[in-house]
Amino acid sequence: MGVEFIYPEFEVVRNDARCIACRVCERQCSNEVHAFSAERGAMVSDETKCVNCQRCVSLCPTRALKIVKSDCTLRENANWSNQTIREVYKQASSGGVLLSSMGNPKNFPVYWDKILINASQVTNPSIDPLREPMETHVSLGKKPDRISRGADGKIVCELPPQIDLAMPVMFSAMSYGSISYNAHASLARAATELGILYNTGEGGLHEDFYRYGPNTIVQVASGRFGVHEDYLEAGSAIEIKMGQGAKPGIGGHLPGAKIVGDVSRTRMIPEGSDAISPAPHHDIYSIEDLRQLVYSLKEATEYRKPIIVKVAAVHNIAAIASGIARSGADIIAIDGFRGGTGAAPTLIRDNVGIPIELALASVDQRLRDEGIRNNVSLVVGGSIRSAADVIKAVALGADACYIATAALLALGCHLCRTCQTGKCNWGIATQRPDLVKRLNPDVGSERLVNLMTAWRREIMELMGGMGINSIEALRGNRLMLRGVGLNETELRILGVAHAGE
Amino acid sequence: MTSICAEGLKHRELNEAIRGVDGPCRVEACCGQRFIAAGMSDKELVIKGVPGNALGAYLNGGRITVQGSAQDAVGDTMNAGTIVVHGNIGDAAGYAMRGGKIYVRGNAGYRAGIHMKAYKEKVPLMVIGGRAGSFLGEYQAGGVIVVLNLETPQEKCVGFFPCTGMHGGKMFLRSACENVTFPQQVTVRPADESDMTELRGYVSEYCELFGLDTEVVLSSQFTVVTPDSSNPYRQMYVAN
Repeated sequence: MGVEFIYPEFEVVRNDARCIACRVCERQCSNEVHAFSAERGAMVSDETKCVNCQRCVSLCPTRALKIVKSDCTLRENANWSNQTIREVYKQASSGGVLLSSMGNPKNFPVYWDKILINASQVTNPSIDPLREPMETHVSLGKKPDRISRGADGKIVCELPPQIDLAMPVMFSAMSYGSISYNAHASLARAATELGILYNTGEGGLHEDFYRYGPNTIVQVASGRFGVHEDYLEAGSAIEIKMGQGAKPGIGGHLPGAKIVGDVSRTRMIPEGSDAISPAPHHDIYSIEDLRQLVYSLKEATEYRKPIIVKVAAVHNIAAIASGIARSGADIIAIDGFRGGTGAAPTLIRDNVGIPIELALASVDQRLRDEGIRNNVSLVVGGSIRSAADVIKAVALGADACYIATAALLALGCHLCRTCQTGKCNWGIATQRPDLVKRLNPDVGSERLVNLMTAWRREIMELMGGMGINSIEALRGNRLMLRGVGLNETELRILGVAHAGE
Repeated sequence: MTSICAEGLKHRELNEAIRGVDGPCRVEACCGQRFIAAGMSDKELVIKGVPGNALGAYLNGGRITVQGSAQDAVGDTMNAGTIVVHGNIGDAAGYAMRGGKIYVRGNAGYRAGIHMKAYKEKVPLMVIGGRAGSFLGEYQAGGVIVVLNLETPQEKCVGFFPCTGMHGGKMFLRSACENVTFPQQVTVRPADESDMTELRGYVSEYCELFGLDTEVVLSSQFTVVTPDSSNPYRQMYVAN
């Protein structure tokens, strides 16, 4: 207390007229905010522990609870925000590096919201997806530059390995360890039902999920956790993780406390030992070295699987992507600075990287200019929030999108941004069995399927409105986009005209 | 043993040829082909010449013997099996290896045994007969690294910055290591009797392979390095 005390960020408002002291809130809160006071015969709360995950609010049978932002704040200061001052206090008390979760919450421009989509009027009539076939299927991988014919004059149809997706969206990498078994089960099942792919992240693949292999991307990161021959063979594609949008340039540390039971087994490291993913791959210092890892994986899997190289969107992303496109990789995944994470140093999450919209536009343009766009497919993530974002991304040049935060929201995440504690009340970012079981994979996978089905319908509606009946015809079709309130530099990088032009 | 002449073969062709062989296989005239035996399980492979980078990457069993030197990234992420190199090896050997053995008669380059790990019965072993370059055992999370420095005892057995970020496993260095600088988070001490018994288990097969006398090799002073903590970053963060 005293100088170390920071007034709680949230207040628990309990309507005593409604509260029946059933103690559901107490049982539901892993942060131990609520308690029953026998002395007072009523529920009491300790707001200092509240993270505003809304679990108690959602489960209170009499709607007696709400969590509100505290109005006990420091004197207003446009330069020294309350948040900044709190962070200084925390560091002065602990000497620690600030650690946060999920994506960058700061007020940076969201370019998706400054881009508008076209629609047909009068000429080039729009298409009604309710009565006309609409193609949302995409295949990711290298495409030949030209048609070639065999000795018999027939077209050679053999393609390098491809991933087939029923719609241009995949579930982005989230490791088993950062999220729970039930969360992984939900993602795997939903991906299978939807005809799309989910991604193991760097924590290995739980033995129970090998059967979802055809809908799985297995990841190889600098720590190489759980990477072995069977794992590489298990998925439809292999992703080399070079970087992550939430924390470009740094590695990851899954604390030993989370390396328990199945997580330890799946990562193939002892219980209680930190899982350290070094910042760089220590065998990759150049595009040539990257090429070596790409081809070692191709050789190990006999050229049957496309190799994805995932990088964070950073300043020279176009040049970096050009290098990757020449490394032998089949697919480049780019993660924007708003991408989520289970834990990242706050300052890195909030200050490093660039918006995915600008990164995507510049990469697509660069690869076209260099005549190597067909060498690779482009997948983008780092805050794709809706079907409209997907459509805009495809029109800017993406082949498909990665979503993770949106998928977690479907599973029940309330974006309280405290995944790093491992006490997720929604059973997602936790390994505590009593919390994990709160997420029912039957319900979770159904909600994911619902979300993606709705997005697919919206994608078809938006395409139909533009008079386009195949997602392939939308890719890189920037004429379908207009900017609003953007300056000339932004418009130039995005390669779109201003609205009204 | 089936013989394959590697002359003029690209790595993909050579690997296909090796995969096509049932039983033991000998590769002649190897000249820098990369990724040989990547992901291979349970095959006996003898290589004459110099295999290129990433020899035995993701190796999952079997045995590779190189009658010559090997280049970078030998045994990258290997899971099981044995790699024996009669010459020297390049950089980043045994990166993240989780199981199996790498025996090298000569020297190792930079970053040998980086992020080596162990899990239950899987305890990888790397024995380097000569010297190791800088950054030996960086981030080592498990397994055993032995550096014997058999030929040039007057020289330092390892380069700069060994064991940085080490948080598991064990390292044996055949030297008093007075001239080697270690990071703060490891314990460096002379090998005691139980260490030497453990070491004998690692070194005897090695000596047999290369025709060395185990007793002579073990008669020198050894230094043992172990990490102080398996959670080196625990106190670094504050929740925000």
